[in-house]
Amino acid sequence: MFHWLEKHPFFFAVGVFIAIAFAGLIEIVPNFAQASRPVIGTTPYSTLELAGRHVYIKNSCNACHSQLIRPFKSETDRYGHYSLSGEYAYDRPFLWGSKRTGPDLMRVGNYRTTDWHENHMKNPPSVVPGSIMPAYTWMFKNIADINTAYAEQLTVAQFFAVPYNKEVPMRDGTTKIVKMGASVADANALALEEAKVIAADMKDQDVKDAVANGQIPEIVALIAYMNSLK
Amino acid sequence: MENRPLEYDYTVAKLFMLTTILTGIVGMLIGVILAFQLAFPEVNTILGSGLAEYTNFSRLRPLHTDAVIFGFTLSGVFATWYYVGQRVLKVSMAESGFLMFIGKLHFVLYIIGVAAVIFSLFAGVTTSKEYAEFEWPIDIAIVVVWVLWGISVFGLIGIRREKSLYISIWYYIATFLGIAMLYLFNNMEIPTMLAASPAGETGFGAWYHSVSMYAGTNDALVQWWYGHNAVAFGFTVPIVAMIYYFLPKESGQAIYSYKLSLLSFWGLMFVYLWAGGHHLIYSTVPDWMQTMGSVFSIVLILPSWGSAINMLLTMKGEWQQVAASPLIKFMVLGSTFYMFSTLEGPIQAIKSVNAIAHFTDWIVGHVHDGVLGWVGFMIMAALYHMAPRVFKREIYSKSLMATQFWIQTLGVVLYFTSMWIAGITQGMMWRAHDEFGNLAYSFIDTVTVLHPYYTIRGVGGLLYLVGFLMFAYNIYKTMTVGRKVEESELQNASPMGA
Repeated sequence: MFHWLEKHPFFFAVGVFIAIAFAGLIEIVPNFAQASRPVIGTTPYSTLELAGRHVYIKNSCNACHSQLIRPFKSETDRYGHYSLSGEYAYDRPFLWGSKRTGPDLMRVGNYRTTDWHENHMKNPPSVVPGSIMPAYTWMFKNIADINTAYAEQLTVAQFFAVPYNKEVPMRDGTTKIVKMGASVADANALALEEAKVIAADMKDQDVKDAVANGQIPEIVALIAYMNSLK
Repeated sequence: MENRPLEYDYTVAKLFMLTTILTGIVGMLIGVILAFQLAFPEVNTILGSGLAEYTNFSRLRPLHTDAVIFGFTLSGVFATWYYVGQRVLKVSMAESGFLMFIGKLHFVLYIIGVAAVIFSLFAGVTTSKEYAEFEWPIDIAIVVVWVLWGISVFGLIGIRREKSLYISIWYYIATFLGIAMLYLFNNMEIPTMLAASPAGETGFGAWYHSVSMYAGTNDALVQWWYGHNAVAFGFTVPIVAMIYYFLPKESGQAIYSYKLSLLSFWGLMFVYLWAGGHHLIYSTVPDWMQTMGSVFSIVLILPSWGSAINMLLTMKGEWQQVAASPLIKFMVLGSTFYMFSTLEGPIQAIKSVNAIAHFTDWIVGHVHDGVLGWVGFMIMAALYHMAPRVFKREIYSKSLMATQFWIQTLGVVLYFTSMWIAGITQGMMWRAHDEFGNLAYSFIDTVTVLHPYYTIRGVGGLLYLVGFLMFAYNIYKTMTVGRKVEESELQNASPMGA
């Protein structure tokens, strides 16, 4: 059979394809629907948080930080409850990372503040002596891209039924609504409202001035995203 | 006329040899910079704080991995294909104007793709998925490049004179199919430029941005099915194709066992894809998938070692050639590193070992003993073997090649030993508890302790880069001033100057 295959490239290629496609079909397909169901208390990202997530991705934060807490005592002691599949239901793409040069960030919003992040992103060793993380000073100047975040919200709401402007059940029995703007101007206004809350806790005068002028620096969006990770 | 030996046309092979060397230098240089940034964070602002956005670790890291995978390795795969393909199929590219045109177009579009990737990653345009960072416009370009290569492969096979496909061709076909399937499914994404707001506005936001078709755990599953097997079909399958051709050619020895090559090939095809789950052990993917990933990783030792042992036994009775020829040294040590790396990987895939190894530098070490020791050595050996044949000149310097071999071997050894120690140290410190059950170390303690190992790794990487520059110089000199040789001198062992 093999000698015959080696003289018939088409059938050879078909054989190879079946051999390699087999595993994917069996391993990936059966789990798809179940794994994508959100757990109670998981909410979609707001416009500003999503813009912050884009800043996180733009700077490849996931190259050094994981967002996956494994079910070991040492990890739950350090980072909080181990990760549940449904908590990632609105993560497109997933940001688990593959290397922890720095600590896990899955629940960083539980134990770090806006002030901590501001100081840390400006000069990491001043907050964590011995840190090898570089400073991210340009995030205080670059302006976050709210329009793209809004376009992404609309896309996921349309294609994947992500529940914006709908009641989402929370763990304490209440519900929460994550608002999505009705127009580009509306989305920007919503993001700015959120940004003002963050900027009020910050010290950098340029950032405060920018927000007062209706512009949102990347750092503000990033901190909004960090604070949402719980 | 009928008895005249075929004149193969190496135009496209030469072009890809050039990009192999150039992207190799770029990728490895960035790697060395990254290594020193981890040891000495000041290197993050190496071009001043104004350009820090473009020189800091996180922006450069995807550039390093992609330059080495899609630049150096893929160029090497294409260069060897346009050389090996013609020779084992006994047909010249010059015989088909169409295939010649496709080959050149393949190269031109590849170059455009590489330029677009470099530009977009520096700008921070990325999807964040490892080795699949490119946004949809570049994904489309990559698919076009890949299809062109497929036309080259199957076109040449279509007009072949040698009816039976040699082992290397099996592996090139598998490379084409494997990457095509993986890349397409992992990069399913929806461009956000299609969005329309309730107010009727369209076309706002970045036009190149997209959102993944999969969310969370599913996304991770597809990504590591891809990520793991991009390694399989980029770093293993085509490199095995190379060694099956170049080692017998250079040494003048026949492949030790046809049956072993059959077993290894079909075994590798069937088993490799299952093992992707070992990247997700103790994550939120179902337990049975994690276990499958573990088990099949262990099974994977069989076909991997099958190929490697087949190569080593091909040298049976001719071991003096290893001492005599630095070119044979590269290939024999390459297959040894392949064995080493394909044993280390399955060990790391065992659940209890993975609990320590995952997220640490041990994984980085594993990747690099495979890529530096196996992929890098094999591609350089292939180019060394090809150079006299495509340029009709003797390799410029044998002693330079031998020196390069030892410098790079030392570099690889420093690299993986330091990363072993770093990884296991950090993994053990993360999980250490004191007598009261509290964590024994804060996270930063487990970072500062790594400084000496990061420094040693940087030195190891630097040695490898120096060796690669010697390789580039040797090839350049071969092209320009190497002694001209006759066809009769190019039977087996490549001619080398002192």
